[in-house]
Amino acid sequence: MSVPNPAPIKPVISHPLNVIVATDCGSTTTKAILIEKVGDEYRQTYRGEAPTTVEAPFEDVTRGVLNAIAEIEELSGRKILDGDKIITPCRDAKTGVDIYISTSSAGGGLQMMVTGVVQNMTGESAQRAALGAGAIVIDVLASNDGRLPHEKIERIRTMRPDMILMSGGTDGGAVTHVVEMAEYISAAEPRPRFGATYKLPLIYAGNKDAQPQVKKILGEKAALVLTDNIRPVLERENLAPARNKIHDLFLEHVMQQAPGYKKLIEMAGAPIMPTPAAVGVIMETIAKREHLNLIGVDIGGATTDVFSVFEGLFNRTVSANLGMSYSISNVLAEAGLANIMRWVPFTIDEQTLRNRIKNKMVRPTTIPQTLDELQIEHAIAREALRLALIHHKSLATALKGIQQERTISDVFEQQQSGKTLIDMLKLDLIVGSGGILSHAPRRVQSMLMMVDAYEPLGVTRLSVDSIFMMPHLGVLSTIDEKAATDVFVRDCMVYLGTCIAPIGQGKNGERCADYVITFPDGQVDKGQLAFGELRLIPLASDQKASIVIQPAKQVNLGAGVGVSITRDVQGGVVGLMLDGRGRPLQLPTDHTARVAALTKWYQAVDLYPRM
Amino acid sequence: MAHSYTPGLTVTEHTTIRRRRMLSLPGTVLVTTGGEVRANQAVARAELPGKVYPLNLANQLGVAPDEIHEYLIKKAGDPVQKDEILAENKPFIKWMKTEVRSPITGIVESVSTVTGQVLLREPPRVLELLGYVDGRITEVIPQQGVVVETDCSLVQGIFGIGGETTGEIVMAVTSPDEALTPRHLTPDMKAKVVVGGSFISSDALARAKEVGVACVVIGGIHDKDLRALLGYDLGVAITGTEQVGFTLILTEGFGSIPMAGKTFALLSAHAGQQASISGATQIRAGVIRPEIIIAKQAGASGDYGIATVPEREGIRIGDQVRIIRDPLFGKIGEVASLPADLQKIPTESDVRVMEVRFADGSKAVIPRTNIELIEGA
Repeated sequence: MSVPNPAPIKPVISHPLNVIVATDCGSTTTKAILIEKVGDEYRQTYRGEAPTTVEAPFEDVTRGVLNAIAEIEELSGRKILDGDKIITPCRDAKTGVDIYISTSSAGGGLQMMVTGVVQNMTGESAQRAALGAGAIVIDVLASNDGRLPHEKIERIRTMRPDMILMSGGTDGGAVTHVVEMAEYISAAEPRPRFGATYKLPLIYAGNKDAQPQVKKILGEKAALVLTDNIRPVLERENLAPARNKIHDLFLEHVMQQAPGYKKLIEMAGAPIMPTPAAVGVIMETIAKREHLNLIGVDIGGATTDVFSVFEGLFNRTVSANLGMSYSISNVLAEAGLANIMRWVPFTIDEQTLRNRIKNKMVRPTTIPQTLDELQIEHAIAREALRLALIHHKSLATALKGIQQERTISDVFEQQQSGKTLIDMLKLDLIVGSGGILSHAPRRVQSMLMMVDAYEPLGVTRLSVDSIFMMPHLGVLSTIDEKAATDVFVRDCMVYLGTCIAPIGQGKNGERCADYVITFPDGQVDKGQLAFGELRLIPLASDQKASIVIQPAKQVNLGAGVGVSITRDVQGGVVGLMLDGRGRPLQLPTDHTARVAALTKWYQAVDLYPRM
Repeated sequence: MAHSYTPGLTVTEHTTIRRRRMLSLPGTVLVTTGGEVRANQAVARAELPGKVYPLNLANQLGVAPDEIHEYLIKKAGDPVQKDEILAENKPFIKWMKTEVRSPITGIVESVSTVTGQVLLREPPRVLELLGYVDGRITEVIPQQGVVVETDCSLVQGIFGIGGETTGEIVMAVTSPDEALTPRHLTPDMKAKVVVGGSFISSDALARAKEVGVACVVIGGIHDKDLRALLGYDLGVAITGTEQVGFTLILTEGFGSIPMAGKTFALLSAHAGQQASISGATQIRAGVIRPEIIIAKQAGASGDYGIATVPEREGIRIGDQVRIIRDPLFGKIGEVASLPADLQKIPTESDVRVMEVRFADGSKAVIPRTNIELIEGA
């Protein structure tokens, strides 16, 4: 079973932290924020960004960092830079900062290859360990993955990962297969992606009885680190030790090789965290603090990370090639043109759309200038979000291959082990982050993108990262929890509102549900939601309303078909979204009818400016 | 925006470039610092370890893994020929004898008494690394490679497919807005670098392959034609290993877009000269753009001094720029003004913009992220 993120090492800070500058070095842009203590509380005050400079001609990530901070300097009037150095600690009210911290996913993030013995058991556990530590898993090798031995060796050789995580076998079990895998790795002589001369970091977290043999086979060929077995017994996962080792090796080895990272590590007052690990810290904190089941997403230029916490279990996946700039063309390739076109509320020929997507791929930093371009990007984002959640559901599962105790009532359900942990009916909150969601010109655009992509069921609250600062706050929380919490509550988390989506299908215009909303001032709104209808009811962020919904007889809101529910629902900057479009969401197949339906829905929630 | 950097593609008549030529694994460097090299000359050589074939002898002989040493004919490190006996058992009855023969010619790499497995390795394959450009060696990185420097003209494209090649530049069209059609592609263009104008169609791509050109340099292509050429939908822009018969370089993007006048003029001026080409593109970690390098010919006039790739200092009024996003995608103009304040664009986003003046005197307000500096002016 997945475990919480490992607690990162907490650095010792001797002086008070009143002014903090934090950056996130993304694959496309480096985002800097300034956090200042105002009275008793911390607030995010200024923001700057600049293109990331991991790539040629600069090949030095700190250039982008300094450029982004320079923008903050210009906007705030505070002197932060002295040449290429960040002034720490503060010299006076307008000079310097008390600490500089950073996260990074530039340079393609942390790319790992993992191995196991049985693909859907130790292979998946290793994958979850790597993903939870913020890595991109580029391949999972297992004794039973169907590939011939020489194919495995060839694969290890050609992939050039940043790190390998080996798992396999329960403690005290057979050692043969895991030793065999060590032999394959040794034969492949894997070389790291960056730095031709250093040894590839390799973590062994398999059967502890095989440690001596693994050491003998790989000790000379890789920078081998031995740690506790991630699957000591079949029924239990123990991912934390392996995840901690991944973090250590990421900083000690991998980042030292990436362009400019030695300098960046020296500049920072706390360890650099992989961006997804930092966002994971935030997501987990939200879920724990409010005892919620949540799904979080960070949709970036190259990757889309999905986080979930269900019944206290944290999971994270990264869809390495689903993103809005570098990977935009891959969204088209994976989703297919028809799936993207179904969200576009106008007619556009295939050739034009394909060329536009490819042009974004080759010039990833451009932004939509016209409304139709924005709508196309939002259509692509829906598909990237949808595909990334499907990927997440397939990995965020209960342990596979273990015996389950069954009662007589279970016999009829015939549920398999390894069922996904994601239950959309039990989902309380969706948290969105990343450029396309955080910087959507209207907040309702972010809300509808997530509702369309995730199709929440029943009653679900939605929120968005205001200007994309969750990574920064994730790393900040490791050194100053109060500062991170203050900024998170006041400046980061924007509650969009609550979506109420009945499960069921019906003809357009037919009764879907009757509702009675009682607002905090006592006003009552009684109404009927029809199938095919999307309705927005204003309810401010700080307001709660009580809603009673009586679904039609074939419709379910989570309590059973035709059973009414009563809930207190929270407002948001968008409000209450009553979604009568049915679940699963089905769009008209006829082009004209689909455009008409989209236009009606988009107008109903005032999604885009009217032309 | 004093510190901001605007991405751009270099198109320049005079520059000095250095190309790091690195083996993918340690080997031998064949040249010395200060020496001259030709584009098609080997500068380093390495031996790529042969393929590994695991063979589970314990299973095949029906013995325990820790007993296999007793049955081995060949030991770790021994050379073997294909079908040579690696191991055999010694039964009392001869016809029950089992022999395990080598499936390959190579060496016995290792023998494991834990798994009962023997790893056989094929002989190494020799990899030669070419100089890629005509120039001089400025640095030797022992066992790894060299740095080649050359005085040259340089054109960077926006996107390419296919690997490194060389060939003579030939202009197939007369103006940058003319599309390249099959009739432009003649048999005498075999193994040459063919420069078109605004667009290449699928039938012209087929014709280019038929003629056997080394490279096509063109303003634009339709994505659907690229997909047909590759046989799949390109998801992520990491290219360079495609084998479609020639290297393809787009200078502007996808669609029908006239080649920038400056690019077309530069290539025209070098028609008849040899060029080194790479279609490799990586729009991700360590951006790599496709390139056309025309090394300065021996005895050619012009003082190149110590010119290097120009330092990018941010954008200034008067700079030549290309608009890289719809609705004015592909248009070229010059920077008329750089307003400091954020401006609302039709999407309702507040962004930093610039005003661009076009050749006909008209102006447009464009988000700064949607322009590209035409560099090397």
